[in-house]
Amino acid sequence: MASITTADTASLRSSSRSARGDAVFRTLTFIAGAFVFVLLGAIALFLVIKAMPAIKNDPTNFFTTTQWSSSAYGIAATLFGTALTAVLALAIAVPVGVGVALYITQYAPRRIATLLGYVTDMLAAVPSVVYGLWGLIFLLPRMVGIDHFLAKYFGWTGLFHDPAGGLNTFPKTIFSASIVLSIMVLPIIAAISREVFRQVDPVQKEAALALGATRWEMIRTAVLPPSRAGVISATMLGLGRALGETIAVALVIGNVNRVSGHVLVPGGNTIAANIANTFGEAADKGPLIASGLVLFVLTLVVNLAARYVILRAGTEERSAV
Amino acid sequence: MTIADSTQSLRRQSLRQASIPRAGVAVLIAGSIGLAFVLFAVTPLQGDADFVVVAALLSVVILVAASWTVEGRRRAIDRFATSATMLALILTLLPLGFVLGYVIKRGAKDFNINFLTHSLAGIGPLDAGGGVYHAIIGTFEQVLIASFISVPLGLMVAIFITEYSRSSLATAVRFLVDVMTGIPSIVAGLFVLSFWILALNQPYTGFAAAMALAILELPIIVRTSEEMIRLVPAALREAAYALGVPKWKTILRVVLPTATTGITTGVMLAMARVIGETAPVFLVAGNNFFINNDPLHGQQASLATFIFINARASSDLQVDRAWAAALTLILIVAVLYVSARLLTRRNALARR
Repeated sequence: MASITTADTASLRSSSRSARGDAVFRTLTFIAGAFVFVLLGAIALFLVIKAMPAIKNDPTNFFTTTQWSSSAYGIAATLFGTALTAVLALAIAVPVGVGVALYITQYAPRRIATLLGYVTDMLAAVPSVVYGLWGLIFLLPRMVGIDHFLAKYFGWTGLFHDPAGGLNTFPKTIFSASIVLSIMVLPIIAAISREVFRQVDPVQKEAALALGATRWEMIRTAVLPPSRAGVISATMLGLGRALGETIAVALVIGNVNRVSGHVLVPGGNTIAANIANTFGEAADKGPLIASGLVLFVLTLVVNLAARYVILRAGTEERSAV
Repeated sequence: MTIADSTQSLRRQSLRQASIPRAGVAVLIAGSIGLAFVLFAVTPLQGDADFVVVAALLSVVILVAASWTVEGRRRAIDRFATSATMLALILTLLPLGFVLGYVIKRGAKDFNINFLTHSLAGIGPLDAGGGVYHAIIGTFEQVLIASFISVPLGLMVAIFITEYSRSSLATAVRFLVDVMTGIPSIVAGLFVLSFWILALNQPYTGFAAAMALAILELPIIVRTSEEMIRLVPAALREAAYALGVPKWKTILRVVLPTATTGITTGVMLAMARVIGETAPVFLVAGNNFFINNDPLHGQQASLATFIFINARASSDLQVDRAWAAALTLILIVAVLYVSARLLTRRNALARR
C-alpha cells in the first residue's frame, strides 16, 4: 500500500492550482472516452467507404455469389463456411469448456484448482499462428484416422458423409478447421464459466449437500441455474472469437469456395481465411474489405448480444466476462 | 472377523448406503484397461490413440454400471458426471501438451544463437541457416509503439470510466470497450488498411501494424486498469480530498501510483496477447526478409508473419525455421506472462 507522508501531502497541496486543473483533467479524460466512440465509428465508416464501391462494381451479386476472383466475387460460400466452422467448434468447445470449469470449481481440491486454472489459461496464451502451424503439420495427418472413423460409422448423418471414406491423406477440411478453432475458443469459454461458477452462493451449494444431494445433483440444482446467463454469454463471446479467427483457419482450411454441409470433404473457406489467403495477389483490396465489413457486422452483433445477456443478468457477472 | 468388526460393518450398512471404496474404483479401472488389452489382442482393433479411447470408455462404462448395481441410480449418475468433467479436463490438457510439446520438439532443431541473431538476407528457400533477427526487431518495435499509443489512451479512458462514472457517457464508453474486445484482429488490420494506407495513401510499414495492434490492446488495457483503479480503497482518496488535494492530483499522485503494479500487469498481458497477432501485421506491414530497423519506412517482418509465411513453404528448411520462430514467440509470450504473474504476487491490491 502506498503510504502518504505529511511531506508528500504538503507538496501536493502547495502545488495545487485549484479547480482549473480539475477542469482540464476532466476534459482530457472526457476526450479519451469520446475517442472510443470516434474510433469505433471510424472503423465502421472507413470499412463502408472502401467496401461500397467494391460491392457496387461487382458484376455478380456480392451476397449470393460463391466464387472469389477479380471478375466475380461474393461471400455466399465464405460466410457459410465461417458460420459452419464456428458452430461446429462451439459444439465441441462448449461441453468441454463447461465441463473443465465444473471440474476446477466443484471437484478439484483447491490447490490443484488454482494450478489447473493457470494451465487452462495457458491455452489462450498460445498465439493463433502457432495453432495454425501445429494444426497444419501435426494435426492434419493425424486427422485421417478420425475422419475415416467418422465417415465410416457416422457418414449416414450427412454431416460426416464423405465419398472418399475419410481417406484423404491431408484433410484440409471444414472439420479440421473446426477442431483447431475449438481448441482456441475452449480457454475463453472455460475461463468465463469458471468465474461464473465460482460466484455461485456457497450457502446454496451447502444447503443442497446438506439435504443429501450427490455432488452432481448439487451442481444441477445450485450451480447451473444461476450461471445460465454467464455460460450463454461465454458461449457467444467464444462464437465471436471463432467467427473472426483468421490465421489458424487460413492454414488448415482447404480454400475452396463451396457451400456444402459435408464437413469431411476437402475444401471450404471462411471470410477471414479468404482475406488472409488472397490478400497478397489482390490488386484491388476493395472486395476483401467488403467481406471484412460483413465479418465486422457479424461479430459486432454476436458481441452485442453477449453483452446484452450479461447486462440483463446483472452487473456482478460483468467482472467475470 | 471379530464381533466388534461385524457389528461395526452392520451399523455402517444400516446408516449409510453401500458404496464402492476407493480401492474398488482403482480395481475396476485397472480391470477395464486389462479388458481393453485383451480386446486389442483378439479383435482387429489397433493403434495407440484408439487404445486410450477404448480403455477410457470401458472404464467409465464399467465403473458407472458397477456403481448402478451397488450404489444405486443417483450415485451412478454422480460417478458418470465426475468422469465426464474429468474427461473434459483431459481433453483440455491434451491439446496444450501436444501443442507445447511439439513446438519445443520441432523448434529446438534450428533454435540457437545464430538463429536469433541473423536475418533471412541472402538465404533462399533451399539454404540452411538464416534466422529471425529481423522479425524479432519488427515484433518488438511494433508492439512497443502500439503500447506507447494504447497505454496512455487506455489509462485515460479507464480513469474516465471509473472517476467520472456518474455521466451516462461513461456507461456507454464502458459498454463500447467491452464490445471492442470482441473485434476480430483482421478487422483492425482492414481498418488501418482502408484508413491509413488506402484513404491517406501511406505506405505499408511497421508503424501501420502498430496502429492496428494498438486498437487491439486498447480494450484490454482499459479493462484491467479499470479493475485495478476500482480496487484502490476509497479511504485513500478521501484522505487526499480532506487534505485539500484537488481531484486530478489525487488521481495522478495517489490513485494511479497505488494501482501501478496491477496496471503494469495488465499492460504486460495486453502485450502478450497482441505480440502473436498475425493477420493485422500481415495486412499492413507486409513482409521483409531483411533487417529493417525503421518502423516508419518500408515493409517490416514480425515473428508471427514469419511463421505464417514459412509454415506452408515448400521447403522443409523453411518449415523448420517456422517451428524455431514459433518456439521463439512462445518463449517471449511465456516471459511476459511469468513476469506479469510475478508482479501480481507483489500486488498488494489484488491480493486483498
